[in-house]
Amino acid sequence: MTDVQDYPSRLNDPESRRHETFSYLPAMNAAAIRAQISYALDQGWNPTVEHVEPDRAGNTYWYMWKLPQFGERDLDRVMRQLEACNRANPNHHVRFVAYDNAKQSMGAAFVVHRANN
Amino acid sequence: MSTTTYDAGVKEYRQTYWAPAYAPKDTDILACFKIVPQDGVPREEAAAAVAAESSTGTWTTVWTDLLTDLDYYKGRAYRIEAVPGDDDAFYAFVAYPLDLFEEGSVVNVITSIAGNVFGFKAVRSLRLEDIRFPVAYVVTCGGPPNGIQVERDIMNKYGRAMLGCTIKPKLGLSAKNYGRAVYECLRGGLDFTKDDENVNSQPFMRWKQRFDFVAEALNQAETETGERKGHYLNVTAPTVEDMFQRAEYAKSLGMRIIMHDFLTAGFTANTSLANWCRENGMLLHIHRALHAVLDRNPYHGIHFRVLTKMLRLSGGDHLHSGTVVGKLEGDKQATFGWIKLMRDRYVAEDRSQGLFFDQDWAHMPGMFPVASGGIHVWHMPALVSIFGDDAIFQFGGGTLGHPWGNAAGAAANRVALEACTEARNRGVELDREGADVLRAAAGHSPELAAAMETWKEITFEFDTVDKLATA
Repeated sequence: MTDVQDYPSRLNDPESRRHETFSYLPAMNAAAIRAQISYALDQGWNPTVEHVEPDRAGNTYWYMWKLPQFGERDLDRVMRQLEACNRANPNHHVRFVAYDNAKQSMGAAFVVHRANN
Repeated sequence: MSTTTYDAGVKEYRQTYWAPAYAPKDTDILACFKIVPQDGVPREEAAAAVAAESSTGTWTTVWTDLLTDLDYYKGRAYRIEAVPGDDDAFYAFVAYPLDLFEEGSVVNVITSIAGNVFGFKAVRSLRLEDIRFPVAYVVTCGGPPNGIQVERDIMNKYGRAMLGCTIKPKLGLSAKNYGRAVYECLRGGLDFTKDDENVNSQPFMRWKQRFDFVAEALNQAETETGERKGHYLNVTAPTVEDMFQRAEYAKSLGMRIIMHDFLTAGFTANTSLANWCRENGMLLHIHRALHAVLDRNPYHGIHFRVLTKMLRLSGGDHLHSGTVVGKLEGDKQATFGWIKLMRDRYVAEDRSQGLFFDQDWAHMPGMFPVASGGIHVWHMPALVSIFGDDAIFQFGGGTLGHPWGNAAGAAANRVALEACTEARNRGVELDREGADVLRAAAGHSPELAAAMETWKEITFEFDTVDKLATA
């Protein structure tokens, strides 16, 4: 058994901020992101892209990129909107959100691109 | 209208209360009892006796019976079924007219149906297996104060189960040390921490100091992580006045969630508290202390699915459901059954899961099942597979017992949950490959690796005492 390790989280370290679902895993590559979005589309959820300045990431309402892509089933089209939002807002966190209208909730919500510091 | 004369004396119950031709109304409350009669008592007589003694009857005729219309008010045993694989016990189905019960009062329902009949000499043992609440009755009750969807919006958590931890040792910490434990768990990545059920307000830690230090710890962890946190502040108290005082104080501190023990505090207190929570936007975690006294014996008592239904009507946003895989009792199929009763809008009869009736929940939102008791990281694939996302997994010892402390224990659990969820979404079969998913995740998380090393040998393999009766 290794020695006790310190837990490195700090108030004044922006890297200690987390972003809810999947933010405790290493940053996903494109294939992994596609797999998660594919799962959301298979459930019949409506994909959306949102973004926000890092210091407002705790807000309920992030900026909505255009509108939810209601009925969209084409994975590449969803990926293109994610990338477009990211290019237009390089200093923002960008997250994928999937609306579940049956439960009036979100089936998925995870940050895909973290802001460039 | 028939005219009846007063015939003093004892009648057989089945003359009046056994009605095999009766078709239950949509508005009736229905109950299923498992009965072991005394030797020599015929099944119809035992079933009728239960129906009578849980509704209008008593052991002898009385003249005042004739002042009212007993045919309108009486309970009726309308069906008897064999218990598969059991020659001693049988199932009796009883229908009760809606007007027997005060609206919005699970207290009255349980007092009426189960209050008198369990000590009855004509039955050797009696178990209340299930109750069907008609929609006509469901709509008179408040139900969960918030529900799953509202809770997700308040906590800002989607696409995964949530994680909690009961602070240990069960008793004896000071408020400040308690807050330290809370802070470490929350900063490490858990969503919730929990008061243990027997932490109320004791000489070693009074409630007000606990609430103050926990609030400070929680706020600090929220700021540090950027994620919303909750701690179930236990407002179970000696009197309802104290209970409300503690709830109001939790609200004044800006806390999002409180907890209550619905069985030991009673349904009257619980319903009042749930109504308060609804009015004040407070999430309500319900713990089930005392349930095993009622539900563990397969022949006598009240099945947990009945307690679940009553709690959903009375009000709660979380309810402990058992883990299936951990240290406490729970048959897997029966657990699936009552998890449906907690979460779903409409639950169909399914005898393979111990569901004896259809149950329509009308306007009521669902509750989160809480899996808590002897679980650790190695259980995560099974938990995600069994419970899905609308659940809360609580690891007390499984967080606090990490060799590097709570924050590391919390991070280990959070990484394990996210890795299992991410893999499941990709199509990985967690039942078969869960251990591999954990090992891969441990490659990126030293906290998880250390946790897996600490607990790999521990499992709880005992035969379930109470199993569903299946042919």
